[in-house]
This record gives sequence, structure tokens and C-alpha cells, in this order.
Amino acid sequence: MNPVLHIKNLQVSYYTDSGRATALDNVSLSLNAGEKLGLVGESGSGKSTMALAMMRMIKQPGRIEGGQVFVDDEDLLELSDEEMLKARLSRIAYIPQGAMNSLNPVMRIGAQMIDAIKAHEPKAAKADMEERCKQTLESVDLKRSVFKMYAHELSGGMKQRVCIAISILLKPKVIIADEPTSALDVVTQRQVMETIDRVQKQIGAAVILIGHDMGLMAQFVDKVAVMYAGRLSEVSSVRQMFTEPKHPYATALINSLPSLDNKGVFQGIPGLAPSLLRLPSGCTFHPRCSRVMDVCKTVRPDPMKLSSGQIVACHLYAEGA
Amino acid sequence: MSLKKVIERLLFLILVIWAASTITFFIPRISPKNPIRERFAALARTGGFSPGDMEKIVASFNTKFGLDKPLIEQYFDYVASIARFDLGISLNQYPKTVAELIMESLPWTITLLLVTTVLSFVIGNLLGAVAAWPRAPAWLRAIATPFVLLQGVPPVLLGILLLFFLGFKLKLLPLGSAYSTGVVPDWSFSFFLDVVKHQIMPALSLTLGFIGGWVLSMRGMGVTIQGEDYVNFAEHKGLPGTRIFRDYYLRNALLPQVTGLALALGGLVFAGLLVEGLYGLPGLGSVLNAAIQSNDFLVIYGIVLFITITVATLMVVVELLYPLLDPRIRES
Amino acid sequence: MATIAVSQPQLRQPSKLTLMLRYLRRNKSMVFGLLILLFLVGFTVIGLLTVDTKDAYPLSVRGKQEPSLKYPLGTDFFGRDMLAAMVVGMWQTALIGVLAGGLGTLIGVVLGFISAYFGGILDALIKGICQILTPIPAFLIQVVLAGSLDKRSVTIYTMAFVVVLLAWMAPTLVIRSQVLSMKERQFVSVAKLSGVGDLGIIFGEILPNLLPFIVAAFVGQVFVAVFGSFYLSVLGLGPLREPLMGNLIWAAQGQSAFFNGWWWWPIWPSLAMVLILSSLALINMGMDEIANPRVRRSE
Repeated sequence: MNPVLHIKNLQVSYYTDSGRATALDNVSLSLNAGEKLGLVGESGSGKSTMALAMMRMIKQPGRIEGGQVFVDDEDLLELSDEEMLKARLSRIAYIPQGAMNSLNPVMRIGAQMIDAIKAHEPKAAKADMEERCKQTLESVDLKRSVFKMYAHELSGGMKQRVCIAISILLKPKVIIADEPTSALDVVTQRQVMETIDRVQKQIGAAVILIGHDMGLMAQFVDKVAVMYAGRLSEVSSVRQMFTEPKHPYATALINSLPSLDNKGVFQGIPGLAPSLLRLPSGCTFHPRCSRVMDVCKTVRPDPMKLSSGQIVACHLYAEGA
Repeated sequence: MSLKKVIERLLFLILVIWAASTITFFIPRISPKNPIRERFAALARTGGFSPGDMEKIVASFNTKFGLDKPLIEQYFDYVASIARFDLGISLNQYPKTVAELIMESLPWTITLLLVTTVLSFVIGNLLGAVAAWPRAPAWLRAIATPFVLLQGVPPVLLGILLLFFLGFKLKLLPLGSAYSTGVVPDWSFSFFLDVVKHQIMPALSLTLGFIGGWVLSMRGMGVTIQGEDYVNFAEHKGLPGTRIFRDYYLRNALLPQVTGLALALGGLVFAGLLVEGLYGLPGLGSVLNAAIQSNDFLVIYGIVLFITITVATLMVVVELLYPLLDPRIRES
Repeated sequence: MATIAVSQPQLRQPSKLTLMLRYLRRNKSMVFGLLILLFLVGFTVIGLLTVDTKDAYPLSVRGKQEPSLKYPLGTDFFGRDMLAAMVVGMWQTALIGVLAGGLGTLIGVVLGFISAYFGGILDALIKGICQILTPIPAFLIQVVLAGSLDKRSVTIYTMAFVVVLLAWMAPTLVIRSQVLSMKERQFVSVAKLSGVGDLGIIFGEILPNLLPFIVAAFVGQVFVAVFGSFYLSVLGLGPLREPLMGNLIWAAQGQSAFFNGWWWWPIWPSLAMVLILSSLALINMGMDEIANPRVRRSE
């Protein structure tokens, strides 16, 4: 079965006054329909850039410099501007971080949902569109009356669910949820995550969940991808990531999670994430790696697939290491 | 819009009117000049006033400037007369009262200002919005700049230049006044056209200068709105640029601009008065100009007060009407 | 076990001059404004050094002369050498602008600061006064004021004063809102926690951050001052003997200069005013960008 999402060698840089910052360095990733991937990493690791690049929303001074993003075997990066407009929301949808301000304050919710449909299906009948919107609202556990309301009349969780509703209106193949719960309280977080879970099952989309809350990830995704300094370190199933992570960075992340047994002792990762303007040679993690070898300082490790099915970019696992 | 807010605003209005009237009350008192005496001396030289009329003027002035009464009493008299809408009698145009003069000339001024305000608001804000919109073509965005430059040119100066080039040299438009000499005002269409022809240059001088202000403020607003999450999300939805521009960007950026409308009117008024004076339009400006040149101070103060009250009232009205535009404030 | 982070090689930071030049390239309005201003300043300075300033006053030279080699900008009806008049006029305009502008900014900074920093009734009072005075048409009041003054006591200094009287409210409100937002920001709390006294916070933390706004306010005030003094003088309410641009235009209008064919009389002052005000407006627009960095990004 062909993966519904296939990212190949994605390369994104930002050209600043201080030089060129490599935000995504040759990143490849695949996802099947119905799968849920959690994309984790520190700030600046490139996860949000990845989302923007997939939606082709990278703005100056950023530039997509290479790679392909296949959704259903069609490379989004090759589409014309017009076609890309059509592809957004209908093939690949984005749920924004912080829905607090993502809804137009002077338009009713319904109007914002309808203009999304209208942009893709200009000939649709008004009554049909309205009905579709209202049903979608119900599917995310919102009342039909929300259709007529304004954004400020809704709570944070409700607004986030409206954004989710909008994202599934056209039944896209891929949904990117960019830290959808960061501004919410724990109870609402759970509600929102369950909603995403449910709608995903309804339309069978592939979901990429971006965030840095590993605990939340663990409960909802199938696979976890760890990014560091613009490169992919490891991709494993949830179970594997939490029980036998392979990449030293991923391992350190898992170890740093506080657990009920190990109260009071916090294990951080020494050092700082590198500036994207001056990445270390070889493996970008080598200055902070507890198991660094000589080869790590000069040769960049390519991602490779292990027998366990995990993908790692680390010299520790190279054949004959 | 809560009742408390309405009352607050009304109170504000009253305070502004009070402040303005107090200021206009005290200003003549700082001057060592005694305008009445000077004026009478001039009058006496030119003659043409019967003793009875003279007495009426003196009486009026004594009420207004009751220089023989204690200051506090003068002040209260003044405030009381203002409340009665009694602004005094004009010296120059005796026996017309100040109020009469204002009412007669008002229609002309209102037309000019209304046209100018609407035009400059619409064009200026549109240009400003476009200037800040990165996806607009560069040439379109550049149109805004000359208008910002024009801001620096006082409309009256522009008026002089326009008058000279379009009116005198090229003889394209009439040289001033509200309608052609010899024409009798009536409600016919041809008269209307005549008036419009005479309004073009004055309106142009004013509008061109004021577009710039709107451009600048709208541009600043536009940049802020652009960075808003909902504009971003609109793009994520795959909406075409023009729709995002109109519904997500413009509609939100325009709202705060409306509150500036009344204040802008205040600034416009003064420039408008000067332009009217330049073109000889029989509006408030000409009356004010004549009053300044002949030192007919009651007229001057009356007009100043009138304008202040109008502007302040408009400000409050706009503020009270704002919730109709912005759903966020419609609560309670 | 734990590895120590390898120190990053020094980032090649472009020099401050390069950064400024690159920025100026994007901020064209500022550049134009500054260029025009430079030209005007140059004109004035060179003029003051080379021209006989006495000729700027009436009855100095033969009147109504067209521009010629002897009188490059011509002379006016009253016997002013227009070149001298322009030079002196510009200088005086600059004086009014800087004086009134500086005073207005100073008042704005002091009042805005006090209002925001100390809060309470003082704040309510200052804010209230500013808000109430704002709808009052400043120019009109200035006209009334200038008109009430004894013609002999009107000098460029009194004009500057009249202009400032109703112009200080805007910078006060702007500075106040900036200081208010800064007060809440963390660097002030941190300074307080470190034991820095009130004075230290004011001069060490807040003032440096206010600088761009103060400069922007100053430019704005200069603009308002020059604009205001022009309006007053063009109505004949200025110090009539002085060759202020507005005065010259008013006198020219009074003598129907255009229709008498003495076009040069009102034209030079008009052009000069346009240049002065445009350059100030451009610089203002440029400052708008600096104070609001997001505007920069959209260019």
C-alpha cells in the first residue's frame, strides 16, 4: 500500500542578515492512511517549519530549496500557485496552534466555514454547504447553533474544535495538527485530542501531531518522529520509542521524562541546541552526545531502517559499527 | 453598549465643551489690547452707525465681556448664554447674529467637508491597506507614497498651486466662488453642475492632502492585522488572496480607523476653512476669514466653539455607534 | 557521561554600518526624507554664511525685480531680496520647529512618564486632561490666540509657544502607553528585584527602550510645529516683519502677486514649504517603521 504522505529530501533554509539558517536538512518521512505520527523536538528543531513547508506556506526570508512532498502520489511542491490553493484544506489540512486567535473576530463561524468550502467548490448550493457545516460541527461535539455565533462567544476548547471542524470539511487525506492543545487546560486537552482521534477515524486521514509533550503523544499516536536541529533523528512506533529508543537524543528525551518512580531527580540534556546558522559538522548532536565517536564529528549519519522497523540516523547502528 | 458607558461618554462630551468654552472665554483676557475700544474708534471713523445701534452693540459686549462685572459673574453669564445658543452679534455683519451667520454658511462647508472626508477616508484606507499587503503588486503599493508626501503640503498651498495652474494658466476650472457670477441659485440640474464644477478644485486640494494621513495609519494597522493568526489560518484554508484581503484583513483593519474619523474631521475642518477662504466659497471659512481680518471676535469665538462642539459630539457619536460594526463589543 | 557543549565558532556578524545601510535601502522614505532635509540644511547653512541677512527685510533692495544674476530669486513688492528672505526664513522655521518640537516632546516625555510610572490619581488626571483637550481644534485656538495678541509682541518665539500649547497631548499619551507596557514587562521587575532604585530603573532600563518613541515623537512634534506656524503666518498672524514662508505667501496674496505677474514671490516660499514639510513627513513615515518593526518586514 502506497503511503498517502511521502516527504522526500525536504530542504528549507532561512536567509537572514547573519547568514543562512538551515531549518530542514534533507528530511524524509512517510505516513500511511489512517496512521498517526507524533512529531517531537525542541523549539527550533524544525517541526513547525515542516508543517509550513508541507502546506507551502514558507515565507521570505525562508525558502524551500529542495525535496518533494507527495500526497496521494502528487508532489505538492510542483503544483502551480492556483493548484496549491485548491490542494490546501481539500488534500492537506492544517489545525493551527493556539486557536485563540485563529478565527476571524468579525465573521460568524458559519461564514468562515462556508467560505472555505466555497473556495474549493464554487458551484455548491448554499443550503447544502450550510448543512454540511452544521453536521461537521456536530461531529466535533459542538452544537449546530455555533454556526451562527462569533468567535469571542466560544471558549478556548470550543474554538479549537471549530478549527478541527474546518480542517475536516473537505475530507483531506493528511491533517497536520500543530500543537493543538498548547494553550488549553488538561481537561480540555483531552477533549480536543479525543476529537481529533475520532474525526480522523471517521475520514481515514493520516495525522501528523506536532508537539513537545511526549506524554500526550504517547496516548494518541501510532508512531513518533524525533527531530533535532532540522534533521530527523529517529522514527519509531510509540511502544518502541518509549521502551527502546535508539538514537541517543531520543533516549535522553525519554529519560528526561519524570516518572512516578523516580520522583525528584530530573535528568536534563547538557548543553544547548545549536544555532541553525552554524550547525556542527557531521552529526548535529555530536557535541552533546554521551556516546559520541570520532566518525560522528565528521560524517553525517543517514537515516536507516533497523530490523525492528525503527528508523535511526546514528552511526551507532551502522553496519559494522 | 451599557448605560454606564453612554453616560460616561456624555460626561466626556460636556467636559470637552466646557473646556473649549472656558479656553475661548479666557483668551481675550490675556491680551493687553482692548478690542472694544479699538473697534469703536474705527467705527467712529467710518461712521454709518446710529447711536441706537451703537448702544445695542455696547450692551451685547457688556454682557459678553461685562468688563465692569466681577470675573466669576462674567464667566457664568458667558456659560449661560452659550447654553442658550446665544453666541452674540457680529460686528462686521451687524445686525446679523453669530448664530445666523453660522447657519447660513454651514451648508456649503458641510458639503465640502463631507465629500472630502468620505473620499479621503475611502481612498486613503484602501491605499494604505494595499501598501501593507505583501501580495499586492509593487506598483500598486507604491501609489501610496506620493500621497504620504502630499500630507506635508498644506491644502491651502495646494489650493494656490491648483488655482494658478488649472484655473489661471490652463483655464480648465473656474477661479473660485461657489457658482458662476450672475447665476441665480435654484434647484435645477444645471445649477447643480455649476456648483460641482466650482467644488472640484477645493475638494481636490483638501482630499489630496488628507489621503496621506489615512494611508499611514491604515498601513500601520494593516501590518499588525497581517500578522494575526486568523489571516494566517485563512491562507491555510486555501482561500484566494483577494478574499483574504477583503474579509480577513480589510474588515479588521478598517474598524479601528473609524474611531479616528471624527478626530480627522476636526483637523479637516481647519484646512477646509482655509481652502474655503482661498476659493471664496461662502462657507464657514470665509466667514471666519473675514472675521479674523476685521477682528470680529464674537464671530471668531462663536465659530471656534461651534466647531469644537460639533467635532466632540461626532467623536462621541462614532464611539457609541462603534459596537454596530464590531461584534466583539456588542455584549450586554 | 555528560559531555560539555563544544563552543560555537563565532558567527560572522556583519558590521553595524552594513546593517544600517542595508536597512536604509529598504526604508526608502527615510532616506528620501533625510536627503531632502540635508539639502535644506545645506542651503540654509551656506546661505547664512554668504548672504547679507539684512536684505531679508523690507526696504532693503529694489522691489519687484524678476530673478536675475544680481537677485537670483528675485525681489518682492516690499523690497526684500528673496534669496536672503528664503535663507533667513528657513533658519527661523528650523528654530521654531526645533524649539517648539523639543518643548512639546519634553512635556510629553515628562508628563507621560509621570503619569504611567506613578499611576493613581495623577495618571487619571493627566490622561483625562489629554483626552479632553484632544477634540478641541488646536489650530483654531491657535488662530484665536495669535489673533488676540498685540501685533508687536508676536515674535517667532511667541509663535513657537502658541504652537506648543495644544500639541503636547499626543506625545504625552504615546509615551504614557509605552511606559505602561514597559512597566509590566519583566525587565523592570527583574531590576526591581535586584535592588535597583526607582531612579536607576528610570534612567537605566526604561529610558533607553523609550528612545525610538521619543525620537519619533520629536519628529512628529517638529512637523506639527512647522505646520502650525505656517498656518498662522499664512493667515497674517505671524511676526510680519520676519521672512517666514507663511508671511511671504500671505503678503503675496494680499498684493495679488500671481495676477500682477510677480510669480516668483509666492512660488519660492511655497516650494520651500513643500520641501520642508515633505521631508518631515517622510522622516516621520520612516520613523513609523522603526518604531513598529513589523512594518519593516512587509517591505
